[in-house]
Amino acid sequence: MLLGPSLAVSAILFAIGVFGVLLRRNAIVVFMCIELMLNAANLAFVALAREVGIGGQVIVFFVMAVAAAEAAVGLAIIIAIYRHRETVNVSAINLLRG
Amino acid sequence: MTVTLFWIFAGAAIVSAMLCVTRPNPVVSALWLVVTLFSLAGLFVILDAQFLAVLQVLVYAGAIMVLFLFVIMLLNLGRSEAPERRSRPGIALAVAVGGAFLTLLAAIWSARPPEAVKMPEGTMSALQSAQGAVGVVAEPLYRTYLIPFELTSILLLAAIVGAVVLAKKRL
Repeated sequence: MLLGPSLAVSAILFAIGVFGVLLRRNAIVVFMCIELMLNAANLAFVALAREVGIGGQVIVFFVMAVAAAEAAVGLAIIIAIYRHRETVNVSAINLLRG
Repeated sequence: MTVTLFWIFAGAAIVSAMLCVTRPNPVVSALWLVVTLFSLAGLFVILDAQFLAVLQVLVYAGAIMVLFLFVIMLLNLGRSEAPERRSRPGIALAVAVGGAFLTLLAAIWSARPPEAVKMPEGTMSALQSAQGAVGVVAEPLYRTYLIPFELTSILLLAAIVGAVVLAKKRL
């Protein structure tokens, strides 16, 4: 009954996350937007698990574990970059640009 | 009642997500993201996933967001940034994504799983009252998804070692 609205809310949250990744320049805010997108996917999984079967809820566990691992490694990379460049602005980090 | 609560939590989630993306100060952004994660936990309860709602608050709003705030404070980024010069391709891409998303929203709203895989209405609540809110998730996790579950522990170990190696000055 709430499947359509849940999927719509999930899509809206995912789109907000995409806007954040494309438009923000602060690497930490970009990371938070990625977390937002993962959560939008989780909402879609939970909404569909109610209709199709419990497997959707189990996948959300794995998404949370991967998100935790990604946050730990990503923030470590941000700290390492900050130590070298004194900035977390993604447009200032252009070492590999030709 | 359930539908009203659903829309309250959904509205809170969307508004706080927008504030999280638009606020210039990273600390304010992170706190609005916590509000989004709490609202999503409320939505999980409404959608018959009580255990996941608890995990959402403990793992996401607790552990992961504390990690984010810790790094923001550690790098002393808690002040507002100067107005950002946005790249033209980024804005064009964002407009394209927004347009595609608006055209798809109606289709997403009326999306239904095929009848062949659909469970009858109320199966999930019946399962939960039979096995308990935790048991209904734990049973497939330790039977059907046992190998992915064990692989997750290797992933987390690799992430711990990787984070220490990356962030440490001298090993």
